[in-house]
Amino acid sequence: MPAPDLGRLMRKAIRHRYTLPALSGLLLLCLGAAAQAVQESKEGRWPQIKEALLGDRVVRDGTDMIALSTPTRALDAAVVPIDISTKFEQTRGHHISKLYLVIDDNPSPVAAVFDFPGDRDWKTISMRVRVNAYTHVRVLAELNNGDTFMTANFVKASGGCSAPALKDPAAAAAQLGKMKLLLAEDDTDDLLLAKLMVRHPNSSGLQFDQISRNFIPADYVRSIEVSYKGAPLFKVETDISISENPTIAFGFAPDSGDGEFDVQVKDTQGRQFEQKFPSGPVR
Amino acid sequence: MGWIGAPQRLPIGGSMARELRRVRPTSPCDDCVLSNLTYKQVVGQHSYEETTVCDSIRRFAVFLLLSALAAAGAAEPAGFTEIAPGVYLRPGVQEVADAHNDGHIANLGFIVGRERVAVIDSGGSHAEGEAVLQAVRQVTDLPIAWLVLTHMHPDHVLGAAAFAERGIEVIGHANLADALNHRRDAYLNPVLDYLGERAAGTRVVLPGAQVAVGQDRELDLGGRTLVLHAYPTAHTNNDLSVLDRETGLLWLSDLLFVDRIPVVDGNLLGWLAVMDGLARLEPTIVVPGHGPVRGDWKEDLGRQRTYLQTLAEGVRRVIRTGGDIRRAVETVGQDQRGHWLLFDDYHGRNVTAAFVELEWE
Repeated sequence: MPAPDLGRLMRKAIRHRYTLPALSGLLLLCLGAAAQAVQESKEGRWPQIKEALLGDRVVRDGTDMIALSTPTRALDAAVVPIDISTKFEQTRGHHISKLYLVIDDNPSPVAAVFDFPGDRDWKTISMRVRVNAYTHVRVLAELNNGDTFMTANFVKASGGCSAPALKDPAAAAAQLGKMKLLLAEDDTDDLLLAKLMVRHPNSSGLQFDQISRNFIPADYVRSIEVSYKGAPLFKVETDISISENPTIAFGFAPDSGDGEFDVQVKDTQGRQFEQKFPSGPVR
Repeated sequence: MGWIGAPQRLPIGGSMARELRRVRPTSPCDDCVLSNLTYKQVVGQHSYEETTVCDSIRRFAVFLLLSALAAAGAAEPAGFTEIAPGVYLRPGVQEVADAHNDGHIANLGFIVGRERVAVIDSGGSHAEGEAVLQAVRQVTDLPIAWLVLTHMHPDHVLGAAAFAERGIEVIGHANLADALNHRRDAYLNPVLDYLGERAAGTRVVLPGAQVAVGQDRELDLGGRTLVLHAYPTAHTNNDLSVLDRETGLLWLSDLLFVDRIPVVDGNLLGWLAVMDGLARLEPTIVVPGHGPVRGDWKEDLGRQRTYLQTLAEGVRRVIRTGGDIRRAVETVGQDQRGHWLLFDDYHGRNVTAAFVELEWE
C-alpha cells in the first residue's frame, strides 16, 4: 500500500483547521518518523497513538464501563460492524463526555471522536469501519471528571483502507448526501434506536490513480452533528476509517412525545448536508 | 513440419545402386543398433537420398502420430476443450485462488475465425496469459486480434499483460478501465503474495477499447462475427458477454455461476434484473464464468436466482426488524449452504454487500 503523503495531510489539516484531521496528520507524522521504532515495539503503534491522543494521561481498564463488540474475523474488511455499549447510566454528574475509536494499524488510526452533552442516557453506538490490517480496535471513554477508560479487541482483516472502491461510482455520485434515519424501539430498555445513514463515498485519498498520476482526492465525511428536539444529541468527527456510506446507530433514552431530529453533515470538500427527520410514531 | 533426421540428398546421375554400410557423419542414430544399416532410396529420377533404417522408422512413427492428431481435429491444447466448432474453453478449478492452483480458477477460452482469433479472459497471472497464448498457437497460426475482458475480477484480467506486450488490443466494458484503476493494488498484491516469483510480469492492464451499455460492439474474425454486449450494473458494474453468431454460443462469464457460489460485487437487484433478460434468450450453448457448460443452463440460472433472491428477502427481513449486518450474516441464507461450493468463503461477504445495498431501499 502506498504510504500516505504526510505533508499533504498536514497541509490539509492546517488549511482547514479541523481538529480530527490535524490530530491524525500529527499522528501520522509522528508515526511515520518513528516507524522503525514502532516496528520493533511489541505493543505496536498503540503507545505512540496514546501519547499523541492523550499525552501521559492514565488510561484505565474499561471492562466495567464500556463494551466493544467486533467480529473476530471480518468478512469484508471495508465494512466491519462494531458495537459500543455503555455499562453505566449516563447522568449529568457522571457520563462519558468524549469517546475515541482507534484502529491501531489503519493509515489513520483515530477513526472517530464522539462528543456527548451528558444530559441524556444512551446505551449503544454502532458503526461500520474499514480495517486495513490485523489490528487492535480500541474504544476510549473520557468521563466528565477526566477519568479515561479503554476496552480493546483484536480484529482480523486486511485491505479495508487500500481498496475502498465503489461498486458503482455513477450511482454513488447521483446519491451523494442523501440521508435516511430509521427509528426502532427497544422495548426491553425503553430505548429509541436511531440509525442514521448518509450516502458518501468516504474516499480516503490514499489511492493512486495511474492514469492521472495523482492520488485520487480525499473526499470523506468529517463531521456529523445530530440534534434531538432542538438540543445536541451527539457530535462525531470521523475520518477515512469509516466505511463508505457512513452509518451510525445510536440507542438512547428518548423524551416522551414527538420530536424532530436535525442532522448536519460536513465533508472534506466543503460540502454541507442538512436534513430533518420526525421522531415519531416509531415502527 | 520438418522430419526428424532429415536425410541428405545426393544428386546422382546414372543408374541406381544399393549400397550397404555407409555411415552418415551427422546421423542422430549414431547410438542406435540400426545405425549402420543404410540404404539409398529413390526420391526422384535423378537423385536418391541416403538414410538409415532407424531414421526411417522414426520418421514413419512421427508421420503416424501426426496423422492421428490431424484426424482428431486441430489438436486441443492441454486443458482446453473444443466446445463448439472453433470455440475452445479451458475451465477453471472450483477453488479459492492460491499457490496450489496458481490462480487458475476462472473459465476462459478463445474463438477462431477464418482470419483472426479473439481470446476471452486472460487468467490470473502473466504466466496464465502466456499459457493461453501458447494454446492458441497450438491450434492456429492466425493472429489474435482481441483480448476480451468480461469484467474486472483478478482471475479473469491479470493475464492481460502477456497480450498487451504483443500489441493485442484489449477490450472491455466502458466502466472497466476506471474500475481496474481503483483496484490495482488490491488485486495485484494478493497475487504477488501467493505466487511470489511465479507472478513475474503480472500487472493490471487497462482496456484500450470499450463497449458501452446500449451500444453492442461487433468483432469480425473473418467470416465469423462476435457480438459484445455491455450490461448495466449486475455482478459488477462492468460485465460483458460475448455472442458467437456462427454457433449461437453465448459466453456469459460471471453473469452466471454454476456450482460455485455467486459473488455479489455490483448490484444485487440489478443482477436479478439482468438475469430476467437472460432467461428469455435462446442461445445454443452458454458458457458460465465458473463451472461446467451444461445443456440445462436455464436451470443453473434458476439456482442462481434462488440464491440471490434468498439473499434479498432474508436481508430485507433483518432490516425491517431493526437488525444490523451481524444479525444478517448469522441468519440469512444458511439453507443455501449445501447448494454451493465455497459457500463459507463468500456467503458472509455477499450478505454484507446485499445489506449495505438494500438498507437504502
